[in-house]
This record gives sequence, structure tokens and C-alpha cells, in this order.
Amino acid sequence: MPEKFDCIVVGAGPAGTACAYELAKAGVNVLLLERGEYPGSKNVMGGVLYRKMMEDIIPEFYKEAPLERPIVEQRFMLMDKESAVTFSYKGLEWGREPYNNFTVLRAKFDQWFAEKAVEQGALLVCETVALECIVEKGRVVGVRTDRPDGEVYADVVVLADGVNSLLAKQLGFHREWRPDEVALAVMEIVKLDKKVIEERFNLEPEQGCTIELLGDATKGILGTGFLYTNKDTLSIGVGTLLSGLIKHKIKPYELLEYVKNHPMIRPYLQGSEPVEYLAHLIPEGGYHSMPKVVGDGVLVVGDAAQLVNAIHREGSNMAMTSGRLAAETIIMAKTYNDFSESMLDHYRLKLMESFIVQDLKKYKDATHHFDAFPQYFERYIPLLNRAASHMFTVDGASKWEKQKKIWRDLGSVKEKLKLARDVFKAWEVMK
Amino acid sequence: MGGDEIMSHLPTIEEKQYLVRFNADTKSHLHVLDHDICLTKCPDKICTIFCPAAVYKWEGTRMHVGYEGCHECGSCRIGCPYENIRWEYPRGGHGIVFRLG
Repeated sequence: MPEKFDCIVVGAGPAGTACAYELAKAGVNVLLLERGEYPGSKNVMGGVLYRKMMEDIIPEFYKEAPLERPIVEQRFMLMDKESAVTFSYKGLEWGREPYNNFTVLRAKFDQWFAEKAVEQGALLVCETVALECIVEKGRVVGVRTDRPDGEVYADVVVLADGVNSLLAKQLGFHREWRPDEVALAVMEIVKLDKKVIEERFNLEPEQGCTIELLGDATKGILGTGFLYTNKDTLSIGVGTLLSGLIKHKIKPYELLEYVKNHPMIRPYLQGSEPVEYLAHLIPEGGYHSMPKVVGDGVLVVGDAAQLVNAIHREGSNMAMTSGRLAAETIIMAKTYNDFSESMLDHYRLKLMESFIVQDLKKYKDATHHFDAFPQYFERYIPLLNRAASHMFTVDGASKWEKQKKIWRDLGSVKEKLKLARDVFKAWEVMK
Repeated sequence: MGGDEIMSHLPTIEEKQYLVRFNADTKSHLHVLDHDICLTKCPDKICTIFCPAAVYKWEGTRMHVGYEGCHECGSCRIGCPYENIRWEYPRGGHGIVFRLG
């Protein structure tokens, strides 16, 4: 490979590929490095792919991209041991253009997306680890890879190396993440007949459904489970803060089995066969955990910059938009031939103004609040289930009596006041 | 496997790991820095619990690291209370290979 590029992008996930695609399209000479056998081979999709941010890069991508199902229904289950309060929105407008989001399998999708960047002129090199940034006089001027004679140089380096961003850490952009800044997600892809999926989830052919699972799905530990429909597989998984697993001394794969066998979930999976088991970290520190994202000759995008909205399970969309904004900045920097931190800082400013940081700001205290006050998951979700059970059980008791019973179930006056305070606090961190 | 079988038999982590393709390198990318710390300071051996691939196994006096089955998630690096694990990426092209994702 030639020794010097205009730009090196480390990591061919959604953030890095989006960036490389935009750069190559603008005629920038870009090298896209991927440590896996192929793009996506190290990636896990415990979420959905949102149409809008992908379309900002490739209009009408859904006509050719390897997608699983467009989502027409999003359900939420607040679970107790043998019950669940469920709410959902189903809208058929999501089943046609412009779609809202899709389930995807990342090994397929990321390969396709990276191939698109190659078509635009990016040079994709797989099976190559970027070991460290080459820094000269305080400026990032390239990366050292694990290939023989593996030093490559560039005007600017984009770090899209994901949640385990060893390179951003090496540059001192952030210290090591704390266990309460990352969620460990484990998931299984299970095979199930197409028609069975559609019948079981009440779907027309090709349509999809997502279910988010809260409460007993994670045994009351802060986190969520998820059950998503793919074409002829389901993705079933569970993600909790690493600190929660440590505190409760729970094995993640046992938690996964617990969800799979939960009486509210088991019927969906009946007859299915596991085909892949996956684990991955999700950066969930939010706004307070965002690292420095710009330096002399270097930008940080996607998971490496902690750009995940855990409350709305958004991440790959933020990754793509951050990659695109980084590319726009690099294209501008190239016209001035200035890759200093002050020039590249335009990327940070664009990020701050975009929905990405606006949304991270909105929920900046949410995860920490629910982490610090476990009663939301441990106590209030079971309480809600009992209240629903009382109210909907017809046994000759009047509805007034039932309300009284529910009221008593809320506990002493002190406990009721605490509940009212907690509801208010939850509203405050979410508003 | 039928639905009833899922109910009567919970797959173990070993069975889960059989579902995954690994292209293991000949040398480890995970290193316990000081085995004495595990022995004397860490009664919980917490990495043996939260590691999603059960890579870490306590063998009486020493931590055994089955790096070949690592999902490269990074939890052990972040979760080890004594920062006693040196964590690197496996050599390019090696390690876990997800087919679906």
C-alpha cells in the first residue's frame, strides 16, 4: 500500500465506513482499516438501523442493502416474574417509504456498506490492527499497524475503533471507562421459520417487530432485554451495565437463559434453534462520558466517542451521522490544507449542534439516576404489575375496594411519599 | 432442537460457544499481569463471573485464560477491580468471527 494517504479511517463499522464513504465520494484519498476478517465480523447489532441517518449518506439504500425487516411495531414489556404490563405502537406507515428503521444483521450489512465506500474509491484493508497513532510534535500523522513495515501516514486520522478505543485512550482523550459507563450485551440469534415469526408476532409478510424488555427480564438489574424479528431468525438478548453484573455477581449468559425461559418470552422462541451467540460492550456513559473528540490531525467518531443514546437504543444512527460530520470537516480542512485541532474543531461544533449531542444532553443524568436508585426496576415495575392484576381481576370486589388495595400495596405514608418523589425525579432526568 | 427441549435443557456456555466461529491466534492477546493479585486480593474472582465467554477459569492458585474463545468485548479490562489484565486486540484477522451479528 502507498505510504501516505489524505486520510486514514480506523474501523469499518457504521461510523468509519460512513466517514470513508463521504470522503472518497469527495475525491479524498482514504484508507479504511478493519481488524476483522471482513467488515462486521467483530460487530454486534443489539439494536435497529434507522433509515434517516443512513439515507443522508446513501439515498434509497433500502432498495439494495441487505436488510432484515422494516419495523412496524415497537413493544415495551414491563415484566414481573409471571406477568407483564405491555404497551406498543404499531404504525403501518413505517412499513412503507419513508421507513423508520430496520432490523439488520451486522456481518451482512457492514460488508455491503464498506463495499459501497470501496465503489466510491476508498481503499479497504482488512485483517489489520492499528496498534497506535504515530504522533510527531504533538500531531497525529499516521498509524502503526500490525503488518510488517506497517506504518502508514496521513494528513488526518479518524478513530472509529469502537467502544474499546485503545487509540483514543492512547492519545489521552479519555481515561479507561468505568464499569458503570459500559453495558455488556449478550445475545443469541435463533432460527425460526419465516411464517411462524409472522404469525407469532402478528405481522404481514416482510414486516418486523421489536420488543424491549424491562424489569424482571434483567432480574431487576438496570438494563434491558430485547427481542427483534429478522427475516428467518430472531435476535434475543440482554444488556446490563457491567457494574450491575459485578454488583449482583450474575453471569451474563445465565441472564440470557433466564430471559429466554421467562414465561412471557418463552412462547415467542418455542421451536427455535440457536445459530450464533454474541457478546459486545455498548458505551452507555452518555454526555458526561464523552471524550475529547478532536486533536491535531485526529477525530473520534461513533462508539469510540461514546455516542449512544441508551434510553432510545440509538447508536448506529449516531455513528453514521458523526462519521458524516467528520468527513465534512475533513473536506473543508483539506481546502485550507489545515488539519490543526482548531480547524478540525468544526466537527465538534457540528456534533454539539446536531441531534446527537442534543439527545445525549437530554438524558445526561438518566442512566446514573436509575443506576443509583434501583427501586425503579426492583420495586416499582412489580408494583405496577400487581396494580394491573388487582384492577383487571374480576372477583366480586368493587373497583373502589380494588383501588384501596392498590393504595395499601404502595406501602406506608413514608413509602408513598418516596414513590411520589421518585416519580418526580424520574420525570426530571427524562424531560 | 424443539421448544420443549429448550425448556428442559438449558444450554451451557460451552454449547453457546460452539455456535461461534473463532480463528484463534497461536499466542494470547489477554494477559493476567500478576497472578498473586488474583490469589491474595480478589476473593470474588469477578472476571470468572462476568466474562460472557467464560474465558477466565480459576484453577486453585492461578487464573487460566482461555483466550481462544474470547469475544473481544473488553469487559475484563474494564471490570477487573485491580486493573490486572492487559488487553489487546488479537492480531489482524484473528479472534472471533461473527457470521451474522
